[in-house]
Amino acid sequence: MSEGVMTLPRTGAMARFRSAAWYFWRFVFLALMAAGAYATWLRITTGLGGVTNLSDRFPWGIWVGFDVLCGVGLAAGGFTLVAAVHIFNIERYKPIVRPAVLTAFLGYLLVVLALLFDLGRPWNIWHPLIMWNPRSVMFEVAWCVTLYSAVLALEFVPAVLEKLQWRRTLAWLRVISVPLVIAGVILSTLHQSSLGSLFLIVPNKLYPLWYSPMLPVMFFISAVCAGLAMTIFESWHSSRSFGRQLEMPLLNGMARLLAVLLAVFLTIRFLDLLHRDALGLVLVNRTETWLFWLESALIAVPTVLLFSRRIRHNPVSLYFMALLVLFGFIANRLNVSVTGMEAASGVHYVPRWTEVAITLAICALGFAVFRWAVLNLPVFQQKPVFQQRPAFEQKEAGES
Amino acid sequence: MCIGCRACEQSCAQRWNLPWNEAVGNEERLSAHKLTTITTHDGRYSRRLCMHCQVPTCVSVCPVGALQKTAEGPVVYDAGKCMGCRYCMTACPFQVPVYEWSKRIPRVRKCDMCRDRQLAGKLTACAEACPTGATSCGERDALIAEARKRISDHPGDYYPRVYGIHEVGGTSVLMLSAVPFEQLGLRTDLPGQPLPGLTWAALAHVPDVVSVGSVLLGGIWWITHRREAVARAEGPEGERES
Repeated sequence: MSEGVMTLPRTGAMARFRSAAWYFWRFVFLALMAAGAYATWLRITTGLGGVTNLSDRFPWGIWVGFDVLCGVGLAAGGFTLVAAVHIFNIERYKPIVRPAVLTAFLGYLLVVLALLFDLGRPWNIWHPLIMWNPRSVMFEVAWCVTLYSAVLALEFVPAVLEKLQWRRTLAWLRVISVPLVIAGVILSTLHQSSLGSLFLIVPNKLYPLWYSPMLPVMFFISAVCAGLAMTIFESWHSSRSFGRQLEMPLLNGMARLLAVLLAVFLTIRFLDLLHRDALGLVLVNRTETWLFWLESALIAVPTVLLFSRRIRHNPVSLYFMALLVLFGFIANRLNVSVTGMEAASGVHYVPRWTEVAITLAICALGFAVFRWAVLNLPVFQQKPVFQQRPAFEQKEAGES
Repeated sequence: MCIGCRACEQSCAQRWNLPWNEAVGNEERLSAHKLTTITTHDGRYSRRLCMHCQVPTCVSVCPVGALQKTAEGPVVYDAGKCMGCRYCMTACPFQVPVYEWSKRIPRVRKCDMCRDRQLAGKLTACAEACPTGATSCGERDALIAEARKRISDHPGDYYPRVYGIHEVGGTSVLMLSAVPFEQLGLRTDLPGQPLPGLTWAALAHVPDVVSVGSVLLGGIWWITHRREAVARAEGPEGERES
């Protein structure tokens, strides 16, 4: 096992290539923002009907299916790593807690931003906080997402405070850190699973390959998988664009956990089909079946391959496995919320360009803000030897 | 009994100040400008409108309580509370709530069983307008008794079931038919239990997750950090910067 830290080669030629890529990505970013801005204008002036292909029979599209369901799931790395480091005390993951928390925090901000586009009356987005309906899953999700966003803000703010050197506030945060971290993990468990519970109410609309009383459990496990895969994904990308060293031993450890969790997910997934007498559907020739196999293959291939040490230890193959998991996760969420709902609705939904433009603009914004934060705030510990201990780690020291 | 004259559609449009003409009449589906409609199935007519479930799915899913089941039966909507998440539309087993897609300040639209008229002691607009008595309005128990009487008096004319007694726990709108209901485009695969029980089964575990989760995570935190503190006190490399 190579326990060392893997460094990616940086040659002069590569530096020139990166600079060309830099212009390319800047151009892509600006183009996406321009398209998003125009689509936003249309959204405001012409309403949902003017910019989406949603209809009375198909009221939820990719803004719910991708921006919200996938967005929240992809941000699950935050609570997973916080739990590993600050509750299970697995210290070696400390260097990647902050980027994971940053990803999660940005992820939730972007989910709320996307909701402002999707909600018919976005100025009422705060209503669930005062107009209660505890029987509604959406109500529970609204509360959990609100509270957890606040927790994430407090979990990330030490990075800002260290930059500003506000020691007293840091000390105060240290005092509340343990209950804060526990609350964050519980809130995440609740709403990650509740996003699946949202669809428990549509037994006659969601195709039986996806409708299951186990939806909340499967949503939770797959969200943790997506969170881990996202952390590997973002470590790889930030190592490339910031010239950081890739912490292979850490990523390798996460990949092992990921493999086990994916195996658990697939086992539950197929056992559930078996117990619901729905296993026969996997051979019926219809669109849903092909989408089911696409989703299952995207998850099963990395599950098997990640058990191989060779695959895990090679940064490139590890990256591609993470990518497959992410695609599989996205396929699963879209199947539950969009494609699996089509047959019963009687209409065929294809997102309009404006829906896609706003989704892409929100993603691009996420990447850009993440990049800005990494460049300007102590997110990654760039010098692991000279370890100026960030506030999060001092918290534990304060306890003993 | 329905002759497909669409008087119910017209009176409904009038009550809601919505436009109605031949073209609207031919649309035959619920939309923001048509809250009830006649549907045609091989020369037979049926009607679509909010079923006003006894335990309404839309009411249970609405995160802000904008939809409420009133004591008199109607399920009513408060646009002032609504944030426009459209979960009610996704969840409704009868695909009834519709949306003002083209408006900048959109509302969910649905039949409210003429609640204001009912409170004033009047019939619903559609029942009042119906020239044949195909739509009638009254207490649910009385209507069920009337429906069963019609079926037993004229067994040849009716399919021997009343749609809406058992569907998703019962509805305040009931339907009679000469043919099996699926031939009129009505969903017959709905469970006999109210749907809100399905999500409640999951939501009921929230207190469990919170309480067991806090204790478990707190315990794990205590054990893992205690272990570290002990190791620090015992080991020679104990004075790690704390």
